[in-house]
Amino acid sequence: MSITVLHPGLLATIQDLGRFGSQKYGVIVGGAMDAYSLRIANMLVGNEENEAVLELTILGTSIQFESDHLVAITGGDLQPTIDGETAPMWRPIYIRKGSILKFKSAVSGCRAYLAFAGGIEVPKIMGSKSTYLRAAIGGFNGRALQKGDKLLVGSPNSNISHAFINQLKRNNEHFTWSINFTQLLSFPNSFTIRFIRGSEYERFQVSSQQTFQTKQYVITTQADRMGYRLDGETLQLSEQFDLLSEGVTYGTIQVPSSGQPIILMADRQTTGGYPKIGQVITADLPILSQMQPLSKIFFKEATLEKAESLLMEKENILNQIASGIVIKALHEH
Amino acid sequence: MTSYNINECIQPLGDSALVIRLGSEIHPSTHQKVKNLSLLLEKNSFTGFIEAVPSYTTLTVYYNPIEVFQSRTASNSKSPYKIVSEHVFHLLKNLRIEDIKKQRIVKIPVVYGGDFGPDLDYVANYNQLTREEVIHIHSANEYLVYMIGFAPGFPFMGGMDERIATPRKDSPRLAIHPGSVGIAGKQTGVYPLETPGGWQIIGRTPLALFLPPSSPPTLLQAGDRIRFVPISEKEFEEYKELKS
Repeated sequence: MSITVLHPGLLATIQDLGRFGSQKYGVIVGGAMDAYSLRIANMLVGNEENEAVLELTILGTSIQFESDHLVAITGGDLQPTIDGETAPMWRPIYIRKGSILKFKSAVSGCRAYLAFAGGIEVPKIMGSKSTYLRAAIGGFNGRALQKGDKLLVGSPNSNISHAFINQLKRNNEHFTWSINFTQLLSFPNSFTIRFIRGSEYERFQVSSQQTFQTKQYVITTQADRMGYRLDGETLQLSEQFDLLSEGVTYGTIQVPSSGQPIILMADRQTTGGYPKIGQVITADLPILSQMQPLSKIFFKEATLEKAESLLMEKENILNQIASGIVIKALHEH
Repeated sequence: MTSYNINECIQPLGDSALVIRLGSEIHPSTHQKVKNLSLLLEKNSFTGFIEAVPSYTTLTVYYNPIEVFQSRTASNSKSPYKIVSEHVFHLLKNLRIEDIKKQRIVKIPVVYGGDFGPDLDYVANYNQLTREEVIHIHSANEYLVYMIGFAPGFPFMGGMDERIATPRKDSPRLAIHPGSVGIAGKQTGVYPLETPGGWQIIGRTPLALFLPPSSPPTLLQAGDRIRFVPISEKEFEEYKELKS
């Protein structure tokens, strides 16, 4: 079972939930920018939640199917079509041999996730199939997809995959149901991102602390899988000091000497030496990861307890979605 | 015996990681604490533990708050951060200061100067030394790898003689060969991958620093002691042939 890449689009890479356990060697975590969309895409085709999928960015990807396959598309709406007909998102779809799945351009969000029942057959490197572009490892030959690449995809191997395939083949039309993701994820052009204070928060001028929490920041066009550079009022330290490099993570908000904040994203380096004014709460990262350049951000402080409880709430919603999918697959006729 | 205060030495890094601060300056004794705590944590990890990353003065602990939450017992507090910080604080209180494990010494062969080290002359002129003196000084000391970061296998080392300290280049090179040995201020390091960079390049090693999919995937690890050994271009080629 395989697919052929007709056009890679802006950036198409293989990602799972990330490469953990090797950060002490300087090996980055990587993985899907929007972990919720990846997990739901896998649930919809009966995969393990951590299976590798394609992460497609903003526009232009097109793929031909060399065999019939159960897939699901989640994340931002990049206007997917199957042989010219609108392809429904957030539900399992059955694509026939020879069909072309094409993504036009983003009307909401900026990353779509395409999961295949049975996953994508590339080797795990250091425990993960995620593409690590800079080190040229993982994913498809350590690089982004290119025109003409042939990707091996797995065979459906779970009860859920088989159940959905049977239902879709029998009815020969798309499902009318889809996942309601609105409590987990949204695709705004302007959003208030919640943060917890960073280790160096107190070392910024009080006026800069206030600026950070009240003024608008714009995501610049220098926004990719490594980080988002923001543009807004500059943030100043009370006094200059030398900071030693130390561990950072997804969502760390660093302020280099320019005074313009940078939010570290999925492909961040393992360590950083700039003052950390804050840390985006994990529950808000998928929304941030779907915001396009020129979107507006406001920052609002949250307590650690609040961040933890929001994360638990979202995990409960994901669990409910997972149970709902099992019911759709195995208990409906 | 050092006494620690949990709120002073442990801080959240968001809701899925925390930082343990074990000192404020680059020093071998602080490094020893970081390393020992890291080993202790790997032997006594907890449900939801993902990994720990050492730096000069800190150990950052990454965890999955959902798994930590699900593992809580009736007597435990409900906050994943509190559960994890109490766990690591308990380890910290029992941390022994002495060396747990012998340090490895890794020898790194280097061709100095020429095409392999285009900035050797600049470093020599800047410090009013001859090329030979720079090579001698750089290869005489033993260096301690404090941490790995910036790129896979890139060592942050201490122990360079200040007589060869040289500021970074005004404008960074667009591409530096893998294996390049450089100086930036009072630091020296080796580039594992081809990357842009502003360090003064004085030589190159034929050894690969990033070796996926080996485990561990890097030649160097935090805590290693290293020595640079000057070799000729001919020996460099022999190393390369040996490898292929």
